[in-house]
Amino acid sequence: LAVAGRRRDRPLTLAQRDARTGLALISPTLVIVLAIVVVPMAWTFLMAFQRLRLLNIRRSSLFGDYTLENFRLVLTSKDTWDSLITTLTYTIASTTLSILVGLIAALAVRRAFRGRTFVRAAMLLPYITPIVATTFVWRVLLDPNFGLVNDWGTGVLGWDQAVPFLSQASSQISLLGLEIQVPTALLTVIAFEVWRDFPFAYLFLLARLQAVPGELEEAARVDGATPLQSFRHVLLPQLMPVIAVLAVLRLIWTFNEFDNVYLLTGGGAGTEVVSIRVYELLISQRNVGAANAQALVLAVILLVLVGIYLRVFSRRGGAP
Amino acid sequence: VTARDGAVIAGGEQAPGQPAPATPRPWTRDRAERLALGVLKWVTIAFFLVATLFPFYYMVLLSIRPIEELTLDPGSLTLDKATLDTYREVLAPVSERGQGFVQFLINSGIVAITSMLLALVVAVPGAYAISRLSFFGRRRVSALFLAIYLFPAIVLAIPLYVLFTRLGLRGSLGGLILVYISQTVAVAVYMLRNYFETVPESLEEAGLLDGLSRLGVIRRITLPLAAPSLMATGLFVFMIAWNEFLFALLFLVERRERWTVSLGISQLSGSIEVSKTVLMAGSVVITVPIVVLFFLSQRLLAEGLTAGGVKG
Repeated sequence: LAVAGRRRDRPLTLAQRDARTGLALISPTLVIVLAIVVVPMAWTFLMAFQRLRLLNIRRSSLFGDYTLENFRLVLTSKDTWDSLITTLTYTIASTTLSILVGLIAALAVRRAFRGRTFVRAAMLLPYITPIVATTFVWRVLLDPNFGLVNDWGTGVLGWDQAVPFLSQASSQISLLGLEIQVPTALLTVIAFEVWRDFPFAYLFLLARLQAVPGELEEAARVDGATPLQSFRHVLLPQLMPVIAVLAVLRLIWTFNEFDNVYLLTGGGAGTEVVSIRVYELLISQRNVGAANAQALVLAVILLVLVGIYLRVFSRRGGAP
Repeated sequence: VTARDGAVIAGGEQAPGQPAPATPRPWTRDRAERLALGVLKWVTIAFFLVATLFPFYYMVLLSIRPIEELTLDPGSLTLDKATLDTYREVLAPVSERGQGFVQFLINSGIVAITSMLLALVVAVPGAYAISRLSFFGRRRVSALFLAIYLFPAIVLAIPLYVLFTRLGLRGSLGGLILVYISQTVAVAVYMLRNYFETVPESLEEAGLLDGLSRLGVIRRITLPLAAPSLMATGLFVFMIAWNEFLFALLFLVERRERWTVSLGISQLSGSIEVSKTVLMAGSVVITVPIVVLFFLSQRLLAEGLTAGGVKG
């Protein structure tokens, strides 16, 4: 005891004191994250294996009565697989297009011109304004009865009839004599997602473009590279790491997207993405267990996708 | 490879590879590309400006247009007569035949400001610890925060919905604030950490040598130097909380007096009794604070979002 006492009396080194302060300072963040994120996550896992309804949620116990019934229900339902295909189409198309559009935007405003500050700020508007307000404007613009787009489409562009952009699952359009089946509502929500989220890619790509040393492109020019060649062989390699990170982030976020689709179509007309299905199971069908099982399936698929992506990318990055 | 090797000869009379005459300037591929891209650049900028600004112009336009005009001529982009009745209706309380948006604005304001302040109070010490102090598990903690940043909200929504139902927190603004803090604290720590790392360590060491404690160093040296970053991070949290929809929908939908602005617009847009122009006025009302804040702090935010994420 005496030894321990003497030890405690000895003043702590700076490193020891820092370690203690560090733990003390991080603990509020850690507690909140554990309580509101990690514990509920673990609970999701448990609930996915229980028969739980919203009605009996107050009385149900945390443990016991585990069953695979929820997973059987979710995995054998055709809706699950349909919504998975919808989600994948939506995710891949939106991710690719939003990065591409963001890249074009960043390249366009790269060099200084009058009013650039304004243009740069304006391009961030779709991303920062409330999602509820922007989806509402889009819905009014695209409305078949009093929407501006359909009014101009039928009046100026000579469409045969108004297009119900957000409530039509698919339509025939003829292009160069070919009849093509087009998923109208899905394409519309993809277009919205690209409009809303391209500024994110744009912001990061612009920051990276600004950091590319000017000498690189000057050297390329002296060596006779045209602007397109210089972009392809000098700028693009510099941007690739950022594009790769953006692709992962956008893939994850778009895969989980709920707000955009819910607010535009409510998940109807062939736009039921997985997170809307989770919401439907929870709120409309009041089946907590199945909703959790569906959410877990979503998380697992996402993990697998990201895993595959990282694998492919790191292998390609490793090659000379 | 020289410029001439890749030259495209516009006239087509001259065979490739032959030396071009000194005057007039030859049409090289380089020159053609530069010219085309120069034009294309302005076309692109114009396109982006229209695409991003038009919906907001239309929002403001509809918000002051009488509803009859909209139904008569939906394609018009100009205004014959303006009305502010839409704003009166959307803001007035339900008892005065309005939609009660003043209450929603107060709710959203309480939620967003409290979330912002509390998230900062929690995140500042956390970010400092991660950026400066080596403690057991430091690396794992920052990896955990990053993972949370990427975790699907909908997966988290169910257990929180169940938990808050059991605790009786569902339907209260406090519960929502708690969720917003947990959702934003990871990003806040990440943003602040990048700023704290730009404060020269030697300054802090000088403070320590002069007898300040760690907390004293944070308060007297680091925070004053990182003040702009505090603002940027705070604004970021504010904007997320102000714009958030899913959790507000799950927790508050049954109690109209607790609705946030986002919930107000989305719930009322489904009903046919509330006219579109009134809701447009509502949309303007909820968008304006965000846009004003954004333009005031644009540079701060853009730098905050990308700091450290992109390194040269």
